[in-house]
Amino acid sequence: MILNNAAVFRAEGIGKSYPGVRANDDVSFQVDAGQIHALLGENGAGKSTLVKMIYGLVRPDQGRMTLTGDLHQPADPKAARAAGVAMVFQHFSLFDALTVAENIALGMENPPPRRELAARITKVSHDFGLPLNPARRIVTLSAGERQRVEIIRCLLQNPRLLIMDEPTSVLTPQEAELLFATLRKLAAQGTAILYISHKLDEIRTHCDCATILRHGRVVDSCDPRAHSARELAAMMVGGEMREVDRSGRHAGNVLLSIRNLSQPAPNAEGTALKSVSLDLCAGQILGIGGVAGNGQEELLAALTGEIRSAAGSITLEGNDLSSLGPEPRRKAGLLTAPEDRLGHAAVPDFSLTENTLLTAGARKGLVNRGMIDHRAARTYAEAVIAGFDVRTPGPHTAARALSGGNLQKFVIGREVMQNPRVLVVNQPTWGVDAGAAAFVRQSLLDLARQGAGVIVISQDLDELLELSDQFCALNEGHLSEPLPTQGLTLDQIGLMLGGAHGMQEAAL
Amino acid sequence: MIQLVPRSTASTFWQIATPVMAVLATMIAGGILFAIMGHDPVAAIRTIFWDPLFGPAASYSRPQLLVKAAPLILIASGLAIGFRAGIWNIGAEGQYIIGGITGAAVALAAYPFEGMWIFPAMVIAGAAGGWAWGMIPALLRNWFGASEILVSLMLVYVAQRVAAWMAFGPMKNPEGYGFPGSRNLQQYPAASNPELIEGTGAHWGVVAAAVAVLVTWVLVSRHIRGFHIRAAGSAPRAARFAGVSPATLVAFSLGLSGALAGMAGLFEVSGPAGQITDNLGTGYGFTAIIVAFLGRLHPVGILLAGLLLALTYIGGELAQLTMQLPAATVQVFQGMLLFFLLGFDVLTRFRIQRRGK
Repeated sequence: MILNNAAVFRAEGIGKSYPGVRANDDVSFQVDAGQIHALLGENGAGKSTLVKMIYGLVRPDQGRMTLTGDLHQPADPKAARAAGVAMVFQHFSLFDALTVAENIALGMENPPPRRELAARITKVSHDFGLPLNPARRIVTLSAGERQRVEIIRCLLQNPRLLIMDEPTSVLTPQEAELLFATLRKLAAQGTAILYISHKLDEIRTHCDCATILRHGRVVDSCDPRAHSARELAAMMVGGEMREVDRSGRHAGNVLLSIRNLSQPAPNAEGTALKSVSLDLCAGQILGIGGVAGNGQEELLAALTGEIRSAAGSITLEGNDLSSLGPEPRRKAGLLTAPEDRLGHAAVPDFSLTENTLLTAGARKGLVNRGMIDHRAARTYAEAVIAGFDVRTPGPHTAARALSGGNLQKFVIGREVMQNPRVLVVNQPTWGVDAGAAAFVRQSLLDLARQGAGVIVISQDLDELLELSDQFCALNEGHLSEPLPTQGLTLDQIGLMLGGAHGMQEAAL
Repeated sequence: MIQLVPRSTASTFWQIATPVMAVLATMIAGGILFAIMGHDPVAAIRTIFWDPLFGPAASYSRPQLLVKAAPLILIASGLAIGFRAGIWNIGAEGQYIIGGITGAAVALAAYPFEGMWIFPAMVIAGAAGGWAWGMIPALLRNWFGASEILVSLMLVYVAQRVAAWMAFGPMKNPEGYGFPGSRNLQQYPAASNPELIEGTGAHWGVVAAAVAVLVTWVLVSRHIRGFHIRAAGSAPRAARFAGVSPATLVAFSLGLSGALAGMAGLFEVSGPAGQITDNLGTGYGFTAIIVAFLGRLHPVGILLAGLLLALTYIGGELAQLTMQLPAATVQVFQGMLLFFLLGFDVLTRFRIQRRGK
């Protein structure tokens, strides 16, 4: 490994304010050549703002940045790319209908002739162990493969600084390993890599250095390999992490049964459900793992009642719910919390009071013979705010004005406080800061302790291992047999998730 | 340079201020237009907005205000329900015409019997006719995904042809000396919709408009169905999650707005118009779209906007008589009003910011 300690990128006293928010304050750090440098922090700590400034999307109010010694003040991403900064975003910007090569050509200033480009793509993908056929259409690629397209697009620019924004959130563990092998090779050639994540374990294993942000300021920088995940988390949130309390739960009778639930894909991007079966007992938490896009949304929609299914496929305590819509299912005791908080679990422009009416109308008596009892709705919203520590000026606040973590606490609280028989949650802590995530997880465990059944659909394996009694994996619409969570290893789980696409090629 | 910055929540102040600004801007732009045409702009604006209420001939024109405002408010109340849910009924004009025809059909079939039941039966038939005409785009959208905007709009022209056919054919007055048009219902007491209080212009349509404002207000602000409609317009997936069926909502919105437009048509045919003619549609169904938006889709706003647009109708006619302004003045005014309203609407969702160097 070539390690020269020359700083590739240096930030000095960077500051950026938005109305009412100090997003970055006096941020200074440096990334050296050949270094994988982690940028660690909770949601809202200022990581995105910082990275956007480096990539020319936002301009800093104070401070200066240098790239290999030269002043770095890009007016736009094009200037940043010309200076040698490349970035792989969390959300891909690829055209599904075009091929890999066409997508890459679209992102270049002066694309070479098609054949030459294809040859360069093949060479780069070989050099870095990222198997990819330039003639494949994007729509046929897995999430991991799509990410490779984005990475290769960056590598073709020979960047001096590569920024990766939460790259492993869409990958299986095996695909993530493959990604890190690539990053290592790249670092060995002297590229500086700025790696944004809140997954502590992968940062501890793979990063050489970590800068920790909290409330827009650098609070610490350290060698993550020398610290435990718990210590890193404590630096992130500025205090000790709380343990979840799993005690006091007993498996009871079967509450919810799903039998041979099959469903065609609702649209072109959707996934068909293929004969999904499961049993959920009272007092139990069932974890459903899998990479997003493998039928999670569709399974949740079949459970909420947004999609009706064949008779007998979904029963709650003996009652067939398959042909019922969302409201009668709620009355029967099956409550749900979808992944997408803004626009699905809540109406962004409505106040929290109004958002209680979305699901709690019948069970909480907020609606009587069709007429809304606004006072009861406000009282319930206040109860959820108090009970779930939702930080907001009050129940009149619009849902969109809440931070992700606070809105998630509100959405989960709205369902939990209705005392469901069964609660199904999809990605309960996605994009939520560590403190709120711990709170949400504990509330799910408490709910199970009181005798309800809980299904947690999540991509976060650590979360599933922490919460669930049984684990099963959803892969291309198939649900695996549930296994007891205790004693499962990450490798076993990876295999249950269907392994990585293209793993065999990569192993060669 | 000027930059638009999105607001986190729509500004209440600007929601109320923009319609007022749009009216003022219309007056200014209209005044400039009149000046270019060689008229005294101040006198023209005064003739249109002031004289109908307080001018020398106000005793004639004032009752006209309610006569013209009632159908606008009745139709706009229904349209606003659908617009809130993102369901665009552009064909209220057609539902208005069909409602007038079906309602008049009951009267013409009953002629010359007398009976208390006749007028209520006409109202019901008018509402049913408008409802049925509104259900055509609703069902086509639910079954085949056809755009309700296009289908409802196209059905306006079909309805106009139906009205002409009725006036020249099945409904032609047998005692009308061969002239097109049905019997005059004003001369058939059991079926007529007279002025209820002399000198006010208030007929049963005014009563119905007032009831519609109240009922839609309760629906939107107090009833769970109204909540679901607002949710569907703001976040369709959240509404489905709450248990709203999009197909039901489409049928409800188009059916309700169709029924109210049909009733408005019936009140017009049995009252001010008096008979079925081939030019039964006078544009109320289209102007009601402007009323709904100018009133911010809110029942009280619609009430005020309906009165204002009715004023432009009357004032426009007055200006035509006294100042020889062209007949298209009213339409130009209404068009400008909608144009400025949509333009100023940007302010409710965005802030204007000067971008420094």
